Amino acid sequence: MNEAAGERVAAATPTPPRLEWRVATVVSTREETRRTRTLILDIPQWPGHRAGQHVDVRLVAEDGYQAQRSYSIASAPAEGTVALTVERLDDGEVSPYLCDVLHPGDGVEVRGPIGGYFVWEAARKGPLLLVGGGSGVVPLMAMLRQHARSGPAARAEVPVRLLYSARTLDDVIYRAELEQLADPPHVEVAITLTRAAPPDWSGYHRRIDRAMLEAVSWPPSAEPNVYVCGPTPLVESVATLLVELGHTASRVRTERFGPTG
Amino acid sequence: MQTEDLRLDGNAAGGVLRELFAQEMTAALGTCAGCGTTGAIGALLEYGHDMGTILRCPHCNSPVLRIVRASSQMRVDLSGILFLAIPMAGSVA
Repeated sequence: MNEAAGERVAAATPTPPRLEWRVATVVSTREETRRTRTLILDIPQWPGHRAGQHVDVRLVAEDGYQAQRSYSIASAPAEGTVALTVERLDDGEVSPYLCDVLHPGDGVEVRGPIGGYFVWEAARKGPLLLVGGGSGVVPLMAMLRQHARSGPAARAEVPVRLLYSARTLDDVIYRAELEQLADPPHVEVAITLTRAAPPDWSGYHRRIDRAMLEAVSWPPSAEPNVYVCGPTPLVESVATLLVELGHTASRVRTERFGPTG
Repeated sequence: MQTEDLRLDGNAAGGVLRELFAQEMTAALGTCAGCGTTGAIGALLEYGHDMGTILRCPHCNSPVLRIVRASSQMRVDLSGILFLAIPMAGSVA
């Protein structure tokens, strides 16, 4: 997609005036890692979404008790269906249901798309730096997938780098697809493992720190658009380090993922 | 669970803010009444609890927006916001 087309798409999908709960149908599911599962949803009257947006999911028990959570959309806007990748939190109220109970053909209540701040458009100028921790990679994946669908000229104009922190190699969500998407210098993927790493591991093996960010990111003069998503401590530490390195705070967009499940 | 564990940000309040304002609000710019700093609503700090949501300024920690769900009401305290600039639907941010 070229930039002009990107703008037209955005202009053609204004925010609907009311945010309504709709029953989505599970089209298929995919186990991503031991703790994460992707649900492909068909949502009636879906107005289309932007990379980085999320949906709210609501479960209602027979006695009327409700539990509601937000989940980022992993699919690119042009894909037609909506993919959510959900991390299973064993003591959670919603994620175990989404990860273990829902099957293709089942319905689940969702509303969305939601969000306008942590959103990347293909029309946005400048290199794209994505920093994710754990399941915080999910909205960043929507951006990478959208980038991959843009034309070669647009891809060359907007290089992307992803720095992704996971506990172990087995916890890396979308690992095969990330390897496929990597296409230096246009798309670079750096993974850091914070716990166990295989003996032949050639990536980083520590928490994200200043030196790693300096090595992976462009200099502030390149004016990259930065998106940071993950657990609150990671997001706040990365955002602070990036500003210390000279990046403009307003170019560093953040989304904190909580322990709610 | 510690309060720190529950601190998210304004993105997480996007749904309830859409209920309230009938607009996408996380990209809206709000000016904090406490310190005068202007920033995106999505970048505010969110402290959620069972009853509702408090969004605080990331610079001075003043409460900017308080939303409480009581039995049949949504109660909203906007006194922490001096000014709001809301992008019109369909515009490219």
